[in-house]
Amino acid sequence: MCQDPTRRALILTALATGACIASSRSSLAEEDLPGSSERPQKADVLVFAEGDRAGEVIKPQDLQAGGPPVRAWPKDPKTSVVRKGSRLNEVLVVKLDPAELDEETRSRAAGGVVAYSAICVHTGCPITAWVKAAGGDKDVFKCVCHNSEYDPRRSAEVIFGPAPRRLPALPLAPDDGPLTVAATFVGKVGAQQAR
Amino acid sequence: MALKQWLLSVLLASTCLVPIAAAGPIENYSPVTAERLKNPEPGNWMHYRRTYDGQGYSPLDQINTSNVKSLVPVWTFSTGVVEGHEAPPIINNGVMFVATPEGQVIALNAKTGDEYWRYKRRLPEDLFQLHPTNRGVGLWEDKLYLATTDDHVVALDAKTGKVVWDTKVQDYKKGQYLTLMPLVVDGKVIVGGSGGELGVRGYVVAYDANTGKELWRTFTIPGTGETGNDTWKGDDWKTGGGSAWMTGNYDPDTKTIYWGTGNAAPWPGDTHPGDNLYTSSVLALDPDSGKMKTYFQYHQNDSWDWDEVDAPMLVDLQRDGRTIKSLIHPGRNAIFWVLERKPDSIKYVAGWPFVHTDVWKGIEPESGKPIVDPAHKPIIGKRVEFCPSLWGGKDWPSAAYSQKTGLVYIPANENFCGGFTGEKVPLVAGQLWLGTKPEDIGLTPRPGATHFGELQAWDPATGKKAWSHNFPKSQLFGSVTATAGDLIFVGGTNDRMFRAFHAKTGELLWEQKTNSGIVGMPIAYEVDGTQYIAVQSGWGVDAQRIQDALVGKVPGLENNVPQGGVVWVFAVKK
Repeated sequence: MCQDPTRRALILTALATGACIASSRSSLAEEDLPGSSERPQKADVLVFAEGDRAGEVIKPQDLQAGGPPVRAWPKDPKTSVVRKGSRLNEVLVVKLDPAELDEETRSRAAGGVVAYSAICVHTGCPITAWVKAAGGDKDVFKCVCHNSEYDPRRSAEVIFGPAPRRLPALPLAPDDGPLTVAATFVGKVGAQQAR
Repeated sequence: MALKQWLLSVLLASTCLVPIAAAGPIENYSPVTAERLKNPEPGNWMHYRRTYDGQGYSPLDQINTSNVKSLVPVWTFSTGVVEGHEAPPIINNGVMFVATPEGQVIALNAKTGDEYWRYKRRLPEDLFQLHPTNRGVGLWEDKLYLATTDDHVVALDAKTGKVVWDTKVQDYKKGQYLTLMPLVVDGKVIVGGSGGELGVRGYVVAYDANTGKELWRTFTIPGTGETGNDTWKGDDWKTGGGSAWMTGNYDPDTKTIYWGTGNAAPWPGDTHPGDNLYTSSVLALDPDSGKMKTYFQYHQNDSWDWDEVDAPMLVDLQRDGRTIKSLIHPGRNAIFWVLERKPDSIKYVAGWPFVHTDVWKGIEPESGKPIVDPAHKPIIGKRVEFCPSLWGGKDWPSAAYSQKTGLVYIPANENFCGGFTGEKVPLVAGQLWLGTKPEDIGLTPRPGATHFGELQAWDPATGKKAWSHNFPKSQLFGSVTATAGDLIFVGGTNDRMFRAFHAKTGELLWEQKTNSGIVGMPIAYEVDGTQYIAVQSGWGVDAQRIQDALVGKVPGLENNVPQGGVVWVFAVKK
């Protein structure tokens, strides 16, 4: 458990070490929603994380070809729980030209729609920018904390900056309907502490 | 909370927060007392800048201008982590404590480099670190104190590295974090919060060194009804910034802490109209109560992200025919400040730009308020350019004062300008809140620039520059240390060099290429009659950001500065 504590366990740990019991109660209650902190599961749908349509299920036709990406949460269709109990569950979804995707990326895409963890694997910042790559002419994901850039056409490979590895991909089912998760994250989300 | 959950938590706490390795406890550890902190032995480095006055000056002179050419590495130690290694190795009678990014402390034999113990904090996996660094551990009696990026202060047993107490300061999920070395004064552990880019209200807080109990907390922005609150409009003060993320200095004679404060938030000035007390200021605090005695604000209505958190040096200065109890601060706002500290006030004495700036038209002679040129003050809805850049004439890396030469040595950056387009952005707890798009922030070399980094030596008595050393292809982003051997040590450049300069002439006397770039603070210490120089090499954070921003803009710029921390220790070859 020490190797991979859940956020819930960490909060409990903070409580046990004597920290600020009162102020943590409300967040604890929110996270008690079953599954809200669990990583995205197969058959989850993706919903808008922000904006006028926050909470609505995302369909491929909702997305603008070529980006920018939208931020999304996974949602358990059986319980209707949106898995926003952990920021590590936030996902970037972007619609690209399928012809631009490499084979590995295409295998995880719904048409040209690809999904990745929204959390930079360098020091855990949210990835917020969609800008021209430092060394190219295509738009890519950029973490503005420390300038890491990831190419969503090539499995979010690192193309600039200090990030040590690719963003975890979230495979999508190759269907036309609502965006649906086909498998759990490929790789560990978030920054990894050196051992 | 259910009993089962409670037991689980205790189990986690006890298994995750222990030292990783235990090569052996430290024997014969020298307890740190108030007297030793007030008058540290010449061979030790127990404060951030060695002494409470913040001068960054070592009285050791065994290594000097005549033998520094024979300086060689005697041992190194790999920290095992990447990102910015900014801390001075802390020395107490032959023991070295090294703090690194990721909340790690390594205790080493300062003579041999052998490890005693290592503590590594288990950081929350959902933590995001805008500034993944740490600037050192404070000492008191047989304990040491670490401030963490998940916003805790942790007391460790200095002999074993075991946790003695662990106090949560605020909530990391709301963008609050700590990177500084705690200041220890008479049994109080004093820290200030980071988060000026995340909509916080800054504060300085003191804990009981033995128990971790909070003793006082002073907000850097006055609340409703408090003096200075009227320098804000509406509720702007609640999220107005004024972070306090660097260690303060201390005057034991008057029992006054001098603590620097950060930028107003968000960045564009018209999003928080008013003077915005006490952002971009130095505060004079009573260490017993936290009560503010007085203050000086370096500039009003900050609009440039110009934190003035690096605390001013306390120097007895001979100027204008008298001795001035001065505060000396080369500001991020490009102004070299000479102030006079009095019991109930801080008076402006002199100020002048030490790098090119187009923001200030002058300084009001009585109040010391700089006069702004509105054409270079960022606002909402318009792209505004300004010099120097948002990293300023000198960012957090410390300047030094030599008691031998009477000069101030500044790790300055010249010929950088910046700009951004201000926009109204709603605050979301725990997310960046700059008042501009982060990708819109510019760093631009001035046309015709011949260099960027500039190690400067200034005479604070006359305002004259004694010498400077220019770096044509690099910024200078590392703290400076002076020694009685008339040497100035500094890293800070993208060529991975660690250098020694002649304090009187600026002549480059020695250099050593290291594993990475150096953003850390050099120190001098002595064990068993031998003087050593130590520094951490480990590039990252803002030195890296500047580097990234310069790619493609400066022909021939070194673009490969590898990361990964190593402690380097040097001595004169016998």
